[in-house]
Amino acid sequence: MNARRFAQQIALAAAPALLAGCVDSQSVLNPQSGEAHDLARLFWIFTTVCSLVWVLVVAALLTLLLRRRRPDSTPETDNLEQQSRKTAVVAGLVALTAVILVLFTLGSFYTTRGLIAPGPHPLLIKVTGAQWWWQVEYEDSDPTQVFSTANEIHIPVGRPVTFDLEATDVIHSFWAPNLMGKQDLIPGHRNSLTLTADKPGEYRGQCAEFCGLQHSHMAFLVVAQTPAEFWAWRQAQLKPAAPPASGQQALGQHLFVEGSCATCHTISGAGAGGKTGPDLTHFGSRSTIAAGLMANTPSNLAAWIKDPQELKPGVNMPQVPLSDHDRGAIVAYLEALK
Amino acid sequence: MTIQTEPPRDSSFDDAVLDQRLTEVWGTKPTLWGWLTTVDHKLIGRRYIVTAIFFLFLGGIAALVMRLQLGGPNAHIVGPDTYNQLFTMHGSTMMFLFAVPVMETIGVFLVPLMIGTRNVAFPRLNAFSYWVYLFGGLMLWTAFFLNSGPDAGWFSYVPLAGPQYGIGKRSDIWAQMITYTELSGLAVAVEIIVTVFKMRAPGMTLDRIPLFVWAALVTAFMIIFAMPAVMVSSTMLILDRLVGTHFFNWAEGGDVLLWQHLFWFFGHPEVYFIFIPATGLISSMIPAFTRREIFGYPALVLSLIATGFLSFGLWVHHMFVTGLPRLGESFFTASSMAVAIPSGIQIFCWIASMWDAKLRLRTPLLFVFGFIINFVIGGLTGVMVASVPIDTQVHDTYFIVAHLHYVLIGGAVFPLLGAIYYWFPKVYGRLLNERLGQLNFWLAMVGFNLTFFPMHLLGLMGMPRRIYTYQPEMGWGPMNLLATVGALIFFASFLLLLFNIVSSLRSRTPATDNPWEAGTLEWATGSPPPPYNFARIPVVSGREPLWDRPNSLPVVTGLRVDRRELLVSTLVDAKPDMLLGSPRPTIWPFAAAMVTSVTLLASIFTPWAVVWGALPIAIVFTGWFWPTGVKEEE
Amino acid sequence: MRTEMVGDVAGLDTSGYGPRTLTWWGTLAFMSLEGMGFALAAGAYLYLMSHAQRWPLNAPLPNYWPGTVVAILLVASAPLNHLLSNWARAKDLKKVRIGLVLMSLLGIAPLIVRCFEFPALHVGWDTNAYGSALWFLLGLHTTHILTDVVDTLVLTGAMFSKHGANPHRFADVTDNAFYWDFVILTWLPIYGLIYWVPRLT
Ligand code: HEA
Ligand code: HEA
Ligand code: HEC
Ligand code: CUA
Ligand SMILES: [Cu+2]
Repeated sequence: MNARRFAQQIALAAAPALLAGCVDSQSVLNPQSGEAHDLARLFWIFTTVCSLVWVLVVAALLTLLLRRRRPDSTPETDNLEQQSRKTAVVAGLVALTAVILVLFTLGSFYTTRGLIAPGPHPLLIKVTGAQWWWQVEYEDSDPTQVFSTANEIHIPVGRPVTFDLEATDVIHSFWAPNLMGKQDLIPGHRNSLTLTADKPGEYRGQCAEFCGLQHSHMAFLVVAQTPAEFWAWRQAQLKPAAPPASGQQALGQHLFVEGSCATCHTISGAGAGGKTGPDLTHFGSRSTIAAGLMANTPSNLAAWIKDPQELKPGVNMPQVPLSDHDRGAIVAYLEALK
Repeated sequence: MTIQTEPPRDSSFDDAVLDQRLTEVWGTKPTLWGWLTTVDHKLIGRRYIVTAIFFLFLGGIAALVMRLQLGGPNAHIVGPDTYNQLFTMHGSTMMFLFAVPVMETIGVFLVPLMIGTRNVAFPRLNAFSYWVYLFGGLMLWTAFFLNSGPDAGWFSYVPLAGPQYGIGKRSDIWAQMITYTELSGLAVAVEIIVTVFKMRAPGMTLDRIPLFVWAALVTAFMIIFAMPAVMVSSTMLILDRLVGTHFFNWAEGGDVLLWQHLFWFFGHPEVYFIFIPATGLISSMIPAFTRREIFGYPALVLSLIATGFLSFGLWVHHMFVTGLPRLGESFFTASSMAVAIPSGIQIFCWIASMWDAKLRLRTPLLFVFGFIINFVIGGLTGVMVASVPIDTQVHDTYFIVAHLHYVLIGGAVFPLLGAIYYWFPKVYGRLLNERLGQLNFWLAMVGFNLTFFPMHLLGLMGMPRRIYTYQPEMGWGPMNLLATVGALIFFASFLLLLFNIVSSLRSRTPATDNPWEAGTLEWATGSPPPPYNFARIPVVSGREPLWDRPNSLPVVTGLRVDRRELLVSTLVDAKPDMLLGSPRPTIWPFAAAMVTSVTLLASIFTPWAVVWGALPIAIVFTGWFWPTGVKEEE
Repeated sequence: MRTEMVGDVAGLDTSGYGPRTLTWWGTLAFMSLEGMGFALAAGAYLYLMSHAQRWPLNAPLPNYWPGTVVAILLVASAPLNHLLSNWARAKDLKKVRIGLVLMSLLGIAPLIVRCFEFPALHVGWDTNAYGSALWFLLGLHTTHILTDVVDTLVLTGAMFSKHGANPHRFADVTDNAFYWDFVILTWLPIYGLIYWVPRLT
């Protein structure tokens, strides 16, 4: 076996993947919050020590191979001196193992304690997992400051954000690796997760607990913004949906509200109040369709409405029969909901 | 009234006649009837192992289809529904139908031979357990081919597997498959414990028990205390689904996490049911290739026992992100770290055993090396994920998939492959080809690492497990392709082994009794062993009895040859204590397994099946236990 | 391989009872694993209880009389059970036959009372998780009584057959008695869990 060639192969295959910038937006190795930095630091410490341990074990195997004696079949026994030397070495290694493990345990313990220390005035966001999308509600003691959206979460940098995590159907898991470890959303339980983003950026997250047919396509986007940008975004989200600006959009709104769409989707200010699907009040401002399945473009949207089952098999949105003309109107209307 | 005559005993025959008489009494007829009724632990053990490897094949094919699907982004080889069934079938088959049974039943074959007796303690129970296991596995795979394969993962979390979200009969099939395999697993565990406790050859005191037998014993104890947890939880799941109980229904006072606690209380020990016997295989093979006793026997035994105990205190490490109290979880970090100590002791003792030795670099030893190299990677990633903070990142990602395959394949399949090369001559009377064996080893090493090493990186790059596809912009394509190529190479290594097996079975050169010049008792008898295992019961005075006196085997005499008779000894110091009869071939275990299996299967469809099935079950078990007045009952 | 005889075991016993035998250990192993099953079912009950606002959940307290009668019947059968075991050790066929008949009756009696015990729980298995847990515990224990009664009946039949006067049969009787002790013992904690724990909280 040519080990160099083998290593080269791995490196060749790995390099593009590791270098391509796009990968970084959902990666443990590219921490973008204080919490994720702590986790990554611990991870690298463990990895370094463990790699060393492995190298030592393999070195021992190689050494004993080199030191082996010519085989013959007569059984032998270690003499007392050999026995006691081996015993001493093994005992020493076991003691060393124990020390490393104690340090590992302490490291984990203090990292955990650091992560759960309560921060000041967190922003509260309730995230509810459903097969296969994320409902997002910005909480506030003032009911006029409360609003909902889906699949795209904006947060201000530099301020702790606490996510209250719940699920209504099966278990899901909320995970945006650049920002924080994951936490399950469990029916009948309430969990939470707190993090503080370091700098503005878009981070992808994905459901990590197997939740059925479309577990693979249950992503979300965390958009970390400067406080000013966040504030502006928030003000925009608090407004009701924009009224139709053209005849086509008006037709779209009519079809949406009077048709079956409104039984599942909310568009506040337009008279659509369904709760089983994502809130679409500001759908046009979001960058993806159907929990990260595809980019939010008019043609993608038209394809989605035409046959959601084709694009996301098993999804809980039915195919609604519409003429191309009517569908076009709905698309125009929804895309205008900035 | 007949006159009491002294029955014929082995002391009054020479070897040739003795062989003939004992074969008559202990033999299995080579007919279909003989095949269905046999209670010989070697035939049943062999059958068990072959069946388990067949399930490895099915599970492996499922894995290959998954690998093809994941080889590139947005692939359409299978859809989400099929994919979910595939990974559930793969995981469930590998764990419940391959790894646990194969490790347990290598014990069914080897333990009686290694401790110098003629059968297991409850041969009929042994036969029964095989049939139940076979029916369970067939039921699962038949359901899969009827598009009713379970699809909620190998640990079948509720509510996804519960009455509301688990469609059709899929999860019922899964839960009932658990019942079958647990029934058979528990039966074997009971058997192994009693066999090791009471049937060891005279002189085989506790500190002379071969390490594989110790491992089988510890595993059997763990099974007894862990498997009931999954029996309880899978029964609750069936009841929730079938008759509307609410154990896991949070709307009616049930709790979703109750399932996870019960499952992992079993599930964590389960992974050690697989690993502990594998370490026993390693410890039992090394001496033959180093030409001296294993180093640190007492430490190795204590490590096995310590691992067994500790494994009951780790289950929460599979639930670190479910929102249990964070600092309470730290306890489970500590206990999970602690199991690394006994594993470390074992690794160090094996290395010490091979240090400065007269090493014979034959295929089984190569697999021992492969085992250490790969398992240590898996063990170390285990230590990493035992850390709560690290686990919050890598839980449910391909990093875990990498960990579990490194420990399961590195830690159990590599020892198994070594063991196949090592004991094949004992089981089938033919040696496997050495050169093919070495090639097999290298192919397996390369294929395995190529498949699973990239998965660590994939997990860190954010790839969750159990996804049927991913988008190209995620950048996971190249590594996945690498893993798929690796899986094909790994598959090829198995085909090579299969070829090696078939060609040596056809070869005409029989293996000698002791081709490796090893020291334990199974090598003191024929290859393959005669139906009665040992013509006269051996007496043991050391850990490698065949090395103590190179050319002769001390034995005791006085067993009857006109009935199946066993020597029962005392628990601690293995002094001869009683002579007991051992059951003859009988159809009742097969009948009982049939009736039980049909009842269990029917109960998926109607709870009344349990009521209807009660009478036939009572009848077959009465038939089983009803005395017949044969010599064995004297 | 050449063998060398170092001893003869022809004179050893061919039967015995208790820990000398294989079946005793087998029985003990099955009792351990079933005991573990009971412990886990009880653990599940306590787990659900600890997560509930009140206990019993939306149901009246169970009526403890039938369960108490079962407990009394079971405990009352213990002395005879032990006598029977001693008679079997003494290989007294006549007494063993009488004892087995009586023990069969003493096994069927609690089963009859059990029929009244399920309704006395005052909750259905499908009412809520509390009901499910109760039925599960009671069902689990009922299966144990049932299987041991069937075993006792079969053994009684065997003792009255021509195969009765056999040392192995006597050993079977002692193992059966051993198992019945287990059935009695497991009932006491379950009885406490079902009827008294809800009354304490
Ligand atoms: C054969 C099976 C096997 C074995 C032996 C192990 C061994 C270990 N496992 Fe693993 N594990 C699995 C099979 C196994 N595991 C499976 C199947 C899963 C996934 C289940 C699923 O979700 O599908 C899993 C998942 C799993 C998790 C949950 C991860 C998650 O889902 O997020 C954790 C967490 O703690 C864990 C930890 C460990 C530890 C600490 C060990 C230790 O026992 C390892 C000890 C060994 C060593 C450490 C190496 C040798 C030691 C030395 C050379 C000494 C020097 C060492 C040091 C100084 C550290 N395992
Ligand atoms: C012992 C257990 C075991 C073994 C051996 C394997 C072997 C393999 N596993 Fe798997 N795997 C699991 C246990 C195991 N696995 C578990 C528990 C899970 C989790 C499931 C879940 O999430 O629910 C999992 C999940 C899992 C996944 C993740 C799926 C997902 O999350 O979406 C993947 C993906 O690549 C995978 C791949 C493979 C591959 C390519 C092999 C290959 O190594 C297979 C190679 C083997 C063969 C192809 C068979 C060859 C056999 C013969 C030819 C017969 C002749 C043989 C002899 C004579 C000896 N496995
Ligand atoms: C039976 C309920 C139902 C009906 C009717 C329905 N939807 Fe949906 N819709 C859903 C659900 C559920 C989702 C989330 C799917 C997912 O991502 O898994 C969704 C997602 C969407 C999305 C993507 C939202 C996002 O933020 O990613 C759009 C846009 C949408 N629906 C538009 C429509 C239109 C237009 C109609 C009518 C023609 C319609 N829906 C009818 C349930 C419904
Ligand atoms: Cu939601 Cu996976
Ligand atoms: Cu574990």
